[in-house]
Amino acid sequence: MTLTSRFVIKRDYYAGGLMLLIGVGCAVVGSGYHFGTLARMGPGFLPVVLGIVLAFLGILIAGTALASSEPDEAHFLPDNPQWFGWLCILGGPVLFIILGKLGGMIPAIFACVFVCALGDKTATLKSSAILAFGMTVFGVLLFHYLLNVPFPLLRGVNL
Amino acid sequence: MIETALQDLWYGFGVALEPHNLMYCFLGVLVGNLVGVLPGMGPVATISILLPLTFGMPPVPAILMLSGVYYGAQYGGAICSILLNLPCHPPHAVTCLDGFPMTQQGKGGTALGITIIAAFVGASFGITEMIFLAPFLVSVALKFGPAEVCSLMLVGLLAGSTLAKGSPLKGIAMTVFGLLIGIVGTDIETGEARFTFGITELYDGVEIIALALGMFGIAEFMNSINNTEAVDMKYAKVGIADMFPSKADLKKAFFPMIRGTLLGSLCALIPGTGPTIASFVSYATEKKISKTPERFGRGAIEGVACPEASTHSSVQGDFIPTMSLGIPGDTVMALLLGALIIHGIVPGPQLISQHADIFWGLIASFWIGNILLVILNVPMIGIWVKLLSIPYRYLYPSAMFFVCIGVYAANNDMFQVGETLVIGVVGYILLRLDFHPAPILLGFVLGPRFEENFRRSLLISRGDLMTFIDRPISAFFLLICVVLIVAQIYVWLRKPKFVEQERAIEAQLPASPYSELTG
Repeated sequence: MTLTSRFVIKRDYYAGGLMLLIGVGCAVVGSGYHFGTLARMGPGFLPVVLGIVLAFLGILIAGTALASSEPDEAHFLPDNPQWFGWLCILGGPVLFIILGKLGGMIPAIFACVFVCALGDKTATLKSSAILAFGMTVFGVLLFHYLLNVPFPLLRGVNL
Repeated sequence: MIETALQDLWYGFGVALEPHNLMYCFLGVLVGNLVGVLPGMGPVATISILLPLTFGMPPVPAILMLSGVYYGAQYGGAICSILLNLPCHPPHAVTCLDGFPMTQQGKGGTALGITIIAAFVGASFGITEMIFLAPFLVSVALKFGPAEVCSLMLVGLLAGSTLAKGSPLKGIAMTVFGLLIGIVGTDIETGEARFTFGITELYDGVEIIALALGMFGIAEFMNSINNTEAVDMKYAKVGIADMFPSKADLKKAFFPMIRGTLLGSLCALIPGTGPTIASFVSYATEKKISKTPERFGRGAIEGVACPEASTHSSVQGDFIPTMSLGIPGDTVMALLLGALIIHGIVPGPQLISQHADIFWGLIASFWIGNILLVILNVPMIGIWVKLLSIPYRYLYPSAMFFVCIGVYAANNDMFQVGETLVIGVVGYILLRLDFHPAPILLGFVLGPRFEENFRRSLLISRGDLMTFIDRPISAFFLLICVVLIVAQIYVWLRKPKFVEQERAIEAQLPASPYSELTG
């Protein structure tokens, strides 16, 4: 193991750094609440203490990665990042929220399943639409008629 | 003592056999078995989706159903490992090693048959253990003050984060992160809003369903999308007739089954060591004491019977600390504890006396559920095998819809869907950084109770931290914490042989397209 490889960025540096960041952030925000004493703890006591502990753990995580000689080949992004797939998976619920608020249960379910299904690389518009249609029928039957979830099928239309 | 236990059990059967409760128990194990079979779905996500749908139900059938999903999934999980060589359910991953070679030799049916027998034996022992041990633990735990509860929770949190797979440091970091998420919301003592950033919806805290479905649903789908291969169904042809093992096979599997059961029930008692660890430990032990260790990995029936019995006895035993002490051992138990709280039941040692119907009804439903599962699995094996071939591209979009509507139904509030989405992205980032999200849920569920008891014990002692050491039971728990930490440092520095052996077994496992999350 040469000296240079030791300074190669390892994934655990990010991991430790993230924990340090969250810990410090929590401690800073938590210090805005009343801290109190040990006998009479205020609402800020535990957030500050836990934040400091988390920051300390972050340093330890990064530190043990620095000390270990094991190479860390893994990258933060997977070997074949699925940007389109991720976008579809996240887009589905976003559409569910928007269409659920504006349109009702039927458009929300259809859009959510349709967009999520498009994320698979073998999916076609047709296969996704069929799946979305099937799930919409199933979802409406189960959640509207059987379980009575308070969610209008189509807003403005009394079904 | 045995007499009262049997009387209580009799009462429990009365509760569990009420038609309403029986129906929900059956529904639970059926859904559990289904998601257990489906690769890429797991009990954690399923229980979270079902949880909001139980809000309108009385607590007894709700808890019976949600628990049924957990142990039902264990029956289904083995099918995937044995027939497809897909370790999609961590507790059954080790079953691949000998189960799949058996399938290749045309003995897949025998392997499944042995699995079901082992499962029933293991589960029966686990339930018996719970009947006698839980009331005993309660009689001890009723003497606990806030300081003892606090130290005990610390043991639970530390064990849950360090004994699980992956780096113990990262596990502890995730526990602390979970505790911090648990702080979000209104402080119970002063009413001050913490970490809410002015968002009114967060005043009630982060929704447990949103947290579980974000971490174990959305993050999981982001991880496995376009990452799965079409399953190879070449060997997956099993009929009922193949499932009855021969006398010779039964004889070979008998003692490994007993050993696995005992090891599993032992693992269940140590907080933090759930079924996954139990199955690994028992496989390694069985291989070590075998006269013919070279047969392992080539279709040894002992290599199927022992870990399976161990998993199931550990799954049932897992309920002991959760139900008697209110300290969950793993993610599913944390979720069930959350379900109890949502249904207005305070977990802890008083649960058995105050809610005898839940406790004894649950135990009785375990027996009934396990019998139902055996019935479900033997004649219906063909259907389960067919389900294996459902492609992932149909599964995950449907699951995403269930995630959305499940979270919505919890409060009839779209904000929670957005919350789940954010948690999902955070969960995926953590996953890519090699963090395991299981301890987050543990910390989140225990966090508020931990803070409450911590404050109370220091209020009683007037701010003297020595109260945790002066009280002998509390000191004993803290000693366990120290032992846990020292053991981790020892393993890290010296890398003892048994750790290497376990690594070697892990290295043999086929790669799974799904993360550990589905466990």
